[in-house]
Amino acid sequence: MIPPSFTYARATSVDEALALAAEHGEDAKFLAGGQSLLPLMKLRFAAPSMLIDLGRVTELSYVRDEGTYVAIGALTRHHDVVHAEVLAADIPLLAAAAETVGDPQIRHRGTIGGSAAHADAAADLPATLLALDATFVVKGPDGTRSVPAAEFFKGIFETALEPGELLTEIQVPKPASPAAWSYQKFNKRAIDFAIVGVAVQGAGRHARVALVNMASTPLRATAVETALADGASVADAAQLAAEGTHAGSDIHASKAYREHLARVLTRRALEEAAARA
Amino acid sequence: MKVELTVNGKDVTADVEDRTLLVHFLRDVADLTATNVGCDTTSCGACTVLLDGESVKSCTVLAAQADGRAVTTLEGLADDGEMHPVQRAFHEEHGLQCGYCTPGMVMAIVSLLKENPSPSEAEVRRGLEGNICRCTGYHNIVKAALAAAASSDMGASQ
Ligand SMILES: Cc1cc2nc3c(=O)[nH]c(=O)nc-3n(C[C@H](O)[C@H](O)[C@H](O)COP(=O)(O)OP(=O)(O)OC[C@H]3O[C@@H](n4cnc5c(N)ncnc54)[C@H](O)[C@@H]3O)c2cc1C
Ligand code: FES
Ligand code: FES
Repeated sequence: MIPPSFTYARATSVDEALALAAEHGEDAKFLAGGQSLLPLMKLRFAAPSMLIDLGRVTELSYVRDEGTYVAIGALTRHHDVVHAEVLAADIPLLAAAAETVGDPQIRHRGTIGGSAAHADAAADLPATLLALDATFVVKGPDGTRSVPAAEFFKGIFETALEPGELLTEIQVPKPASPAAWSYQKFNKRAIDFAIVGVAVQGAGRHARVALVNMASTPLRATAVETALADGASVADAAQLAAEGTHAGSDIHASKAYREHLARVLTRRALEEAAARA
Repeated sequence: MKVELTVNGKDVTADVEDRTLLVHFLRDVADLTATNVGCDTTSCGACTVLLDGESVKSCTVLAAQADGRAVTTLEGLADDGEMHPVQRAFHEEHGLQCGYCTPGMVMAIVSLLKENPSPSEAEVRRGLEGNICRCTGYHNIVKAALAAAASSDMGASQ
């Protein structure tokens, strides 16, 4: 299927991308890897009048060790996140979650910034970045601001990005015990999105737990985290995984089944993270 | 807009609509019809080609995004009439039935073996998760990928 007509513009720098966005207003959309936007356009779920291609904004493609955190350019492809040495050593959870995104062809095109900006609650990276307490660096006509993950994901496919603003960098603090991680993704076919997923960073009282596809945004499993901090066992804490969630029912799973999965996968993830620690 | 690609080593330039997908540029402009379209949802992998040497789904890349870059399709694999090792392995291991998925499978495997020249069976299966085959049950496709990896001339013809 062919996307609806639009005008194609190509930016080669951050400044050029911002200028094009300012000039063309809300009908223009940024195009990163195109692995979410082009499929939506082909199905006529989106019909922007202009696409501003960020593919040549090479200044935003990097994974840099900044000491206490790792800085990842928004245009860094999933493939490059999977293979970044600093992530393998210091934040293996992020590389492992990126490796579960789609398939090799999609990972050769799709970007971490595109995945975050698209903000699909069923996607792997938004919840993972939430578990890792990442910070999103956003540049707009009025300058640069930093948004913590807890404030970035606002609603269904909605983020703190204002029209015309560009996500430029994601800063991920290095966890105290990098080896204590787990990413549990439950789906039926290899390239499908998660029916439910759980990202865990840390073990024992300090474990951070985020849920995929249990609400309209990625969600921290606050009840689980609080119970663990108070000394609850993994089995007892995991029983609280569906608290505060708003899972939907669809062709893949009922709400009750998703809640069951959240509890089971949270227990498995906490056990695996503890075993790896 | 004007799009200029290097397809299988040759320059192909054309004025196309901005919304033209790479797969349609290859099939309709470059007249290379090995690359198939099998779905509307970026799921099947029948349209897989190499963009600057890496596998991509050409139904989900704009021709404009590929402007100035190198594309390899199935037609570009054979060397002087000599089949590429992955093509030969499909022939020898009976890796196809109807053949619709085959061009995409072959290109996905060429890319996979470039990144991982001696994959395990599990790595081949994971590497092909973006390619659907309705006929073979995958078994002989996986065998073909492993056979190609084992064939000594793989490196030479990359
Ligand atoms: C078949 C299939 C299976 C998939 N499976 C999974 C999966 O299992 N898990 C998963 O997590 N994802 C999956 N995906 C989605 C994939 O992760 C996409 O790559 C990703 O969601 C989007 O990244 P992109 O670079 O392609 O963004 P694009 O599609 O180019 O853009 C997505 C949106 O973000 C905006 N945008 C992009 N970059 C920026 C920026 N820097 N600043 C501001 N706005 C920006 C765009 O305007 C657009 O609205 C799948 C996709 C397909 C087609
Ligand atoms: S045609 Fe099915 S993935 Fe491209
Ligand atoms: S051989 Fe028929 S679809 Fe694969």
